[in-house]
Amino acid sequence: MEIARHWRLKKQRYGLVGEVCPHCEAKIFPPRDICPSCGQEARDLYQFSGRGEVYSYTTIYQAPSGFDETAPYTVALVKLDEGPIITAQLTDLEDDKVEIGMPVEMVTRKLRTDGDERGLLVYGYKFRPFQNIPQKNEALPH
Amino acid sequence: MRQVAIIGIGQTIIGERWDRSLRDIAGEAVFSTLYDAQRERAEALFVGNMMSGTINNQNNLGAYLADWIGMWGDEAYKIEAACASGAAAFRSGLMAVASGEIDSAIVVGVEKMTDQQPHDVTAALATAADADWEVEQGVSFVGLNALIMRRYMHEYGWKHTDFAPFSINAHANAVYNPFARLQNTITLEVYQKAPMVADPINLMDASPIGDGAAAVFIVPLDQAPLDGRSVVVAGSAAATDTISVHSRKDPLVLAAAQASVKQAYAQAGTGPEEIDVFELHDAFSIMAVLSLEACGFAERGQGPRLGLDNQIHPKGRLPICTRGGLKARGHPVGATGLYQIVEIVQQLRGECGETQVENVRTGMAQNIGGSGATILTHIFKAV
Repeated sequence: MEIARHWRLKKQRYGLVGEVCPHCEAKIFPPRDICPSCGQEARDLYQFSGRGEVYSYTTIYQAPSGFDETAPYTVALVKLDEGPIITAQLTDLEDDKVEIGMPVEMVTRKLRTDGDERGLLVYGYKFRPFQNIPQKNEALPH
Repeated sequence: MRQVAIIGIGQTIIGERWDRSLRDIAGEAVFSTLYDAQRERAEALFVGNMMSGTINNQNNLGAYLADWIGMWGDEAYKIEAACASGAAAFRSGLMAVASGEIDSAIVVGVEKMTDQQPHDVTAALATAADADWEVEQGVSFVGLNALIMRRYMHEYGWKHTDFAPFSINAHANAVYNPFARLQNTITLEVYQKAPMVADPINLMDASPIGDGAAAVFIVPLDQAPLDGRSVVVAGSAAATDTISVHSRKDPLVLAAAQASVKQAYAQAGTGPEEIDVFELHDAFSIMAVLSLEACGFAERGQGPRLGLDNQIHPKGRLPICTRGGLKARGHPVGATGLYQIVEIVQQLRGECGETQVENVRTGMAQNIGGSGATILTHIFKAV
């Protein structure tokens, strides 16, 4: 179990908090110390909207250990409205056929269990088909 | 810097070697190499390996293998760069000999993968990707390549079957390689009906893992025997790209391949039109395509054309995977870079029998670590 690691990443995993470069205004996710666009220091936090579209997708049939119980599942490259592409699972698909260009939005879901049945439940972002429902800002448990 | 030559090669059959340990198979490859080089020992040992700490509970592989093969007291290290560990170890040995610091080195790539359960191997392979931002989302290494392949097919309009010639060619060539894991041909029908691993990648797009080791013996060129079997290293370069696919400026371009091949071509005073044989990193058929484009053999988006136009077999314009490639020879990850180099040496020596390319003067090997994050390109010429 890597408790400190999961705790350290909570702002990104639960809130999709990235960065905006103070020099070139590029939006950055996940956060990093050096802006990939201009090469200068980038440490200003930026709240992403959580909306984007599917850039590519696949279904994982042979899952890595830790993810076996949910296989098969769909993983996508999601191009966020603000620019960056991120890797995330698609969820709540039901009868929706996934297509490149499909609009999606971020939700918080269980990713996996780290450790045995007494281990840590790891939550994080996944993306579902865009539903255009206004969301109230729910406080996240700490 | 001094010019460096390969004077000995060795390799083991790739497979499920349940009767042999990591050091057994590394030893097999090293002892064949010493015999081939007619040497008893080298000054230093460089080991290419990715996963010994993860799946074999063994690190400190330099000392571990130096001890096993009788190089007691000699300098030895493991070099890790995911699936490019083999070529990275080769380049490390090359730099040590070229610099004049040492006069001989053995480089061995080894991976012992089949002792573990498949999902643990899948998880270990995924450590080549970004643990926080890719792997934690449940994406496997195959999955990352599938994301690239799907987008590639979408942007350029290729069908899945357009990638079939790469797998069919690799299998056809492996029939004549006694060290290959899969020494059988496949048909277009077999390719089309193979079970899906991570769509659009099916089992026939993906290389099989395996246990294996391959090695070379290197010395300064002026100490190499002029018996027609020595091969000179004409170009060697390495480059990196972002660790995550999603961070790339363009996920459909292998920028690290472009950078390393450009440097290697310049060093060797050559270009794509002069490469007679190319062992590329076809871990997945999409990687073969992207590698061909990055190295100047095809325009962007046109890589599949080389296969469809029948140019990649041993008698074609650009023979690739002449001993089976990763797809059929097998992909014991940290050893693969050394297998590729050994196979280019065999081509330059004229030892490839049915899949021998005619009039080979220049051969190239390209080894990819991760989904394109670490890429090494080497060019070799006959002495």
